Amino acid sequence: MTADATSAPAAKAAAPAARGPRARTTTGYLRYGAGKVGGAVVSLLAVLVTGFFLFRLIPGDPVKTMTGGRPISAEQLAAYRKEFGLDLPLWEQFTDYCGKALTGDLGTSYQVRAPVIDKISEALPNTLLLTGTAFVLYTVLGIVLGTRSAWRNGGLGDRLNTGLALTLYSIPSFWLGLLLIIVFSVGIGPIPGLFPTGGMESGGEEGFAYVLDVAHHLVLPVVTLVAVEYGQTLLVARSALLDEMGSDYLTTARAKGLRDDLVRRRHAVPNALLPTVTLVFVNLGRTVAGVILVETVFSWPGLGGLFYQALSVPDLPLVQGLFLFFASAVIVMNTLADLVYPLLDPRVGR
Amino acid sequence: MSTPDQHGRVNARVPRLLALTGAAALTLTAGFATPLDPAPRQAAAADGDKVLTVAVAQSVDSLSPFLAARLVSTSIHRLMYEYLINYDPKDNHAVPGLATRWEPSPDKLTWTYTIRTDSKWSDGRQATAEDAAWTFNKMMTDDDAATANGSFVTNFEKVTAPSPTQLVVRLKKPQATMAALDVPIVPRHVWEKVDDFSEFNNDKSFPVVGNGPYILTDYKPDSYVRLKPNKTFWRGAPKFDELVFKYYKDGDAAVAALQKGEVSFVSNLTPAQAASLKTQDDIRVNDAPGRRFYALATNPGARARNGQKFGDGHPSLLDERVRHALFMAVDRKTVIDKVFQGHAVEGEGYIPPRFSTYFWEPSDGQTLAYDPAKAAQLLDQAGYKKNGDGKRLGKDGKPINYRILCHATDPNDKAIGQYLQEWWGELGIGVTLNCLDNVSDPWLAGTYDLAFDGWSVNPDPDFVLSIHTCAALPATPKDTGATDNFICDKQYDDLYAKQLAEYDPAKRADIVKQMESRLYDLGYMNVMAYPNAVEAYRTDQIKSITTMPEKAGNIMGQDGYWSWWSAVPADSGGSSDSSGSTGVVVGAVAGAAVLVGAGVFFALRRRATAEDRE
Repeated sequence: MTADATSAPAAKAAAPAARGPRARTTTGYLRYGAGKVGGAVVSLLAVLVTGFFLFRLIPGDPVKTMTGGRPISAEQLAAYRKEFGLDLPLWEQFTDYCGKALTGDLGTSYQVRAPVIDKISEALPNTLLLTGTAFVLYTVLGIVLGTRSAWRNGGLGDRLNTGLALTLYSIPSFWLGLLLIIVFSVGIGPIPGLFPTGGMESGGEEGFAYVLDVAHHLVLPVVTLVAVEYGQTLLVARSALLDEMGSDYLTTARAKGLRDDLVRRRHAVPNALLPTVTLVFVNLGRTVAGVILVETVFSWPGLGGLFYQALSVPDLPLVQGLFLFFASAVIVMNTLADLVYPLLDPRVGR
Repeated sequence: MSTPDQHGRVNARVPRLLALTGAAALTLTAGFATPLDPAPRQAAAADGDKVLTVAVAQSVDSLSPFLAARLVSTSIHRLMYEYLINYDPKDNHAVPGLATRWEPSPDKLTWTYTIRTDSKWSDGRQATAEDAAWTFNKMMTDDDAATANGSFVTNFEKVTAPSPTQLVVRLKKPQATMAALDVPIVPRHVWEKVDDFSEFNNDKSFPVVGNGPYILTDYKPDSYVRLKPNKTFWRGAPKFDELVFKYYKDGDAAVAALQKGEVSFVSNLTPAQAASLKTQDDIRVNDAPGRRFYALATNPGARARNGQKFGDGHPSLLDERVRHALFMAVDRKTVIDKVFQGHAVEGEGYIPPRFSTYFWEPSDGQTLAYDPAKAAQLLDQAGYKKNGDGKRLGKDGKPINYRILCHATDPNDKAIGQYLQEWWGELGIGVTLNCLDNVSDPWLAGTYDLAFDGWSVNPDPDFVLSIHTCAALPATPKDTGATDNFICDKQYDDLYAKQLAEYDPAKRADIVKQMESRLYDLGYMNVMAYPNAVEAYRTDQIKSITTMPEKAGNIMGQDGYWSWWSAVPADSGGSSDSSGSTGVVVGAVAGAAVLVGAGVFFALRRRATAEDRE
C-alpha cells in the first residue's frame, strides 16, 4: 500500500519531466524541419528563375523551330510570335511564365501542340513504373549484398560481390541494354528470344493480359537498370557498415550471445543506414527524371525520352517544364531525406 | 527465455521473407512467362490476322492534318485521307485520287475538279466536293488551320462546290502546281465541330473517320499507331488485316526487332546495319534511290529584299571561277565510295534521277568534272595565286581560309569536311569546319562561307525551286525568309515565273531543266550526291510491296499510299513473333527455375545458419 502511495506521486512527478524533453525535441524538430522546407522553397524559386533564363540561351529561333523549316509567310510568323507570347519584352515573358508556373500551367509545347503538363503526366507513370521498379530492386539488392559483403569483408564472397558490382557499375547502360536485347530478345544459339525488343506494350491487350504484357516488356529494361545501378548502393552500404564494424556496441551484442546474423541485422545495419538513406533519397529524386539512355534503347515512352526529344528540337516550353519538374523532384526528395534523418538518428537536427 | 523467443521470431520471419521473395519472383516470372496469355492470341493471329508492323523512330507531332508537319504524321495522313490527286508510283505523273478529272479554264485562273462518286467516309457518308471545299476554305480563313498546309492556298481566291461532284478553285494568278495539292481532304461533318484548330490533335476518339486505304483505330504517343484496312476503299481494300507503326527510338534495337520478326519493316539503315542484314535469310535489303540531294552551298553574299547586305561571306566566292574551281576539286566518286559506302549516287543536277520528268544532267562542255589541275588553273586565272608557303592569297593579301557550316549530328558532313580540308588544302586553300548542333543561326545571319545543304524533293519540284528565287529572300536583314542560300538571280527568277504559269507538263519540265542548268552554272549549289534510302523488310511476312518509283524505289515515306496499300502478306506465319509458343515453354521453365533457385537458396541459407539457431 505504502509502496503504491509513494509510487503514484512519483509517477505523476515523472510525467511532466518526461514530457519536457520530448516537447523540446518536437519544437526542435519543427524548427529544423521548417528550416529545411524554407531552404527547399528558396531552391525551387531559384530553379524557376534559372529555368527561364538558361533555356533562352539555347541558340535558334523558336518560331523557326515551330514551323519546322516549312515555307511560311511573314504574317504567319508574326501570328505565331503573338500566340506564344514571343513578341513581348523578355521581362514580361518572365513574369507571365512565373505566374503561370505557380498555378501549374507550364505552357504549350511548340512541336506537339499540347499543354506541357499533359505531356509530362502522360509519360510520368511510364517512367515511374520503370525506374520505380528498378529503384526498389537495386536498393534492396545493394543494401542486402553490401551489408553482407562488409560483414565478411575480405572473403571470397566480398571480393566477388564488389568486383561484380564495380564491373556492372562501370558498364554503359545503353551498351548493356543492347547486349541484353540481342541475347534475350532476339536470341543467340540455344537461347531463344524471350522478351520483346522494345516498347512498353504490344497494344490491344486489356485487363490482366495487359498487366502481364507490360511486365513482360518491363523485364529487360529493369534488369539493365538494376545491374548498372545496384553497385553504387552496394558500395555505400558496405563502407558505411565497415565503419561500424569495430564499434563496442557490437562486441556487447555478441557478448550477450546473439547470433551473428542478428547482430548484423539488428545492431550494425540500422546504425550504418544513414549514408545509405541519403543515397536512396537522391536516387529516388532521380527516378522521376527517367533514364534517357535506357529509355532510348528500349524505346520506353517515358520522361527521359521526352526530354531528349524536346532538347533536340529545341521545344522551349517542354524543356523548361521538364527541367522545372525534374529539379523540383530532386529538391523535394532531398528535403524529405533531411526530414527523415532526425527520425533515424536523433543526433541530427538538435 | 529470451533465446527461444527470438528463435520463434526468426522462424516467423523466414516464411514471410520467403513469401515476399516469392512474390517478387512471381513478378519476374510473370515477366518471363507473359506470353502465357498473349501467346494464344498471337497464335490465333498467326492463323488468321496478318499484321504488318513498321518500325518508326520519329514521334508523331499531331494527327490533325491541319497541324502535322513531320514525315511520320503526314505519311499516316496519306493512309487516312484521300488527296484530290495522287502521283503514279511508276513515274510520279498525276493520277486520280478523290478527283477523277481536273482541268484549267482558258484564262488559266479557274481549275475544276470532278470528284469521284465511289468514295465513302468510314462512317458511311458520301465524300463529296463539299468536303474538299470546306477543307480549303477552312485553311484560307482560319490561321490555325493553315499551320501545316497554308502555303498551298495562298494563291487561292475562292473555292466553291457547285455540286457534290464539282470543286471549283479560283486563283489569284496562274499556278501550274494544281495537280500537286498535297492536302488531306477531311470530312466536313466531323471537323466542323472542332472549335480550336490550334489545339485539336485528332487523337482522342477512335476509329477516326476517313476515306483512305486505312482507318486509324488506336494511337498511343511514342508507343504505336494502329490502322485497320478500309474495306470500302474505292481502289480496293489493303491485303493485310492490320498496319502497326511501332516505336523504336534506337536504330540497332529496331534492327534486332526485324531480325527477330517482331517488326516487318525497318528504314533509315546505316551502311553497317545494311551489310549485316544482307546476309540473313528471309530479309530483303532495299537500297533505293533517294529523294534527297546533298550539296555544298556557297554564300553568294547574304542580302535582304530591301537591298541591304549582311553576313560576312568570303568575297572571293563571288567570283564564279573560284566556285567552279572548288567544285572541280571535290572527288565525288570518293565521297560516294568512302563516305556513303556505296549507298548513294554521284550528284550533278539539282533534282535527283528518280524524278525522271525533271532530272537534268549537264552537257559535255558544261560539266564540272573532278580535275584538281584545272581547278588550280582557274584559281590562278581569277588572281588568287599561291604565296611562298603554298597558300593562296585573297585580294586582301591574307591566305584564304573558308568556314564550312556543318551539322554536328551528321557524320557525313564531318567526313566530307575532312576530305575537303585535304583536297582544297592541296589547292592552297584552308578550311575550317564549323560543326554545330544548330546551324540555323549563322546560316540565317549569313555568317558562313560554305555550308552542307540538302533537301527532300517532291514529285512537283516547285518548292525546292522557289527557295532560290529573289522573292524568298528575307524582307529585311532582321526577318527570316524562305530562301535556302540567299541566291538571287534574274535569269533564274524569270524562268521560275515562266514554269509556274506553264500548264503544259512537257513544256514546264523543259523550263525546269533550264533552271537547273542555270543553277549549275552559277555554282552556288554544288550537288555532290543523291543519298539512297536504305531499308529492309522480312520476306516471310511481306510477299510483295510496291516501291516508288516502281522499278527501283523506296517504301517508307512515299508520295502516296502505294507501299502499305499494295503490300501482300506472305503465306507462312503471321507478322508477330513466331517464337510465341517456345517463349511460353522456355518462359515457364525459366520462371520455375527462378522459384526453385530461390527455394534452394533459402534452404541452404537456413542450413548454413542452423548452427546459429540451435
